[in-house]
Amino acid sequence: MPNYQALTGNEAVATAMKQIAPDVVAAYPITPQTSLMQKFSEFVADGDVDTEMILVESEHSAMSACVGSASAGARTMTATSANGLALMWEIVYIAASSRLPIVMPVINRALSAPINIHCDHSDAMGARDSGWIQLWSENAQEAYDNTIQAIKIAEDPSVRLPVMVNLDGFVISHGMENVDIYDDNKVKAFVGEYKTLINLLDLKNPITVGPLDLQDFYFEHKRQQVEGMMHAEKVIEKVAKEFKSEFGKDYGIIEGYHLDDAEFVIVGLGSTMGTLRGVIDEARKSGVKAGLLKLRVFRPFPKDALREALKGKKAIAVLDRADSFNAVSGPLFSEITSALYGTTSIPITNYIYGLGGRDTSLSMLHRVIKDTYDISKKGKTENILTYLGVRG
Amino acid sequence: MATLKELTQRESILSSGHRMCAGCTAPTIVKLISLASKYPLVVSCATGCLEVATTIYPYTAWKCSFIHNAFENSAATISGTETAYRALKKKGKITEEIKFIGFGGDGGTYDIGLQSLSGAMERGHDMLYVCYDNEAYMNTGIQRSSATPKGAATTTSPAGKVTPGKKEFRKDLTAIMVAHKIPYIAQASPSNWQDLVKKVEKALEIKGPKFINVIMPCPLGWRFATDQGIEMAKLAVETCFWPLYEVENRKWNVTYKPKEKKPFTEFIEKQGRFSHLKKEKNKFILDELQKEVDDNWEELLWKSEVGKVSVSA
Repeated sequence: MPNYQALTGNEAVATAMKQIAPDVVAAYPITPQTSLMQKFSEFVADGDVDTEMILVESEHSAMSACVGSASAGARTMTATSANGLALMWEIVYIAASSRLPIVMPVINRALSAPINIHCDHSDAMGARDSGWIQLWSENAQEAYDNTIQAIKIAEDPSVRLPVMVNLDGFVISHGMENVDIYDDNKVKAFVGEYKTLINLLDLKNPITVGPLDLQDFYFEHKRQQVEGMMHAEKVIEKVAKEFKSEFGKDYGIIEGYHLDDAEFVIVGLGSTMGTLRGVIDEARKSGVKAGLLKLRVFRPFPKDALREALKGKKAIAVLDRADSFNAVSGPLFSEITSALYGTTSIPITNYIYGLGGRDTSLSMLHRVIKDTYDISKKGKTENILTYLGVRG
Repeated sequence: MATLKELTQRESILSSGHRMCAGCTAPTIVKLISLASKYPLVVSCATGCLEVATTIYPYTAWKCSFIHNAFENSAATISGTETAYRALKKKGKITEEIKFIGFGGDGGTYDIGLQSLSGAMERGHDMLYVCYDNEAYMNTGIQRSSATPKGAATTTSPAGKVTPGKKEFRKDLTAIMVAHKIPYIAQASPSNWQDLVKKVEKALEIKGPKFINVIMPCPLGWRFATDQGIEMAKLAVETCFWPLYEVENRKWNVTYKPKEKKPFTEFIEKQGRFSHLKKEKNKFILDELQKEVDDNWEELLWKSEVGKVSVSA
């Protein structure tokens, strides 16, 4: 029997954190992450979880303290948004390169300037090459489920990399949904006890963390780091399988909606995929064979799964909620076209949408479907990039 | 205080064979600090001379567990380690008594790491932070920091035709730490090793955040002969440029008063970084520096005396 509770995305993730009961959580407030850490702080204050909190003076110190804590063998979490992630930047890379399994919900928000507190993906997309695994959520349930799975993925001995759990600011973080909350003990059993491979506190085996690594070793260490990322895809699938058998919910690297028989496909990630399902339903009613491909995992990039899923399609439209400012396309488009390189000659277009929380309406998504339908019939397009719902 | 015999029987956390410069006084400071501890230590270090020269992969000179994270976050990093220790101890996963020390140079402490240090001190972590203050960014090639004394030539405040070295007086970081009202703050010098050891011993017995600022003469950056490091530290103390004192539970206490306060010129005359001050046209800087030293010393004595009066009353 599902145990539905009316929770915001942030409350659902805070609940996952309470159930995971990390040894240490570092926290610094930033909108729209705040209500997550406030909720978690309430759990700590009420004794519902025995986590030691480090209420730092900046996100830079939050990630720095996480590195110090995770290196001491403690299960460690933090959470942030936008400018907070940007301030952490230097240490975000160090956490990944030091192979520390820190889990960090990122409540996606537009990066300044101009300052804007609303949703887009510029924060996490900017950190796409930092070496963190990135899971993306469509709704509060997925944010909750992803947070629980992230612990096992990060701590897997063949991976040992930090994980960002992405959820759209306000849309998911502050929107209330019915979330199926699992039994505390079942979640605890699922994530298990953390067995660290790095421990500053093991007095019998002192270690040096973060040494100077010059021309003769740095490259090998980077090569080993990407090896962890290469292992991650299989581990994410393995953890999803275990999750399904324990909690009954199905997760993969990618998720299709009316994908198998689709003639053309819209690809994207995050909460807009929920809106898109409805638009595809409507298109299907009028006989248009539209399909949706949602990426749950952006790092590691699911190249093989995408190639397989998009085989034989006649057109693809990629939705990006961030611009890469390469003056060509958004980041997801670049990654997808790169992954499909040499395997297809079908037209692929890119829509950059929803920057700074700009509402993405049904009519905008209808337009994407219509455009892509036309392109699939013509077999070509002149125009690759469209900014969706922007004036001028 | 532990006897000299006891100290010699303790093992230093830093092995020989590290790659610090000849004549560098940082390893001496680290060694004295580690000998002063009867507890096992876990330490962090900011990016800087001490870090790069002791941990060139695949080697390490550290016999205890050591973490380097980045330049500006030694305090935040060790605060995370200390919190992990408390979390795991609470759960019975660790039973040993461990002490935590964060190290940073003046660049990593006075400047880029000040916020990280201030945050860690305010949060009340049970840790000691030690600044090894060599008065400039030595690791990157002797650039001026906010700890560089006025008049000193560095590579970014050179003694040129127009500008005679650094224009500004140094920041009083120790006083900033006093303003945090943490239980223990001190200034120390490797020349007065008993004083330094005593302060570390005392600090490690106090629960909560502690800060010790240690003068660290640098032969390369200060430009003096490599066998003169401890002598330079001694002159910094004897001229009262670097007074030895502590502030324990908000009471100021001068721990060493020179019998005869030497003129400031004795501290700087063997240092190349001040050689341009010998020119007649720069004499006024020497006067300003002497006045600054005198004012600071007088203020410190006053704080120390007032403290004693109020305690005895």
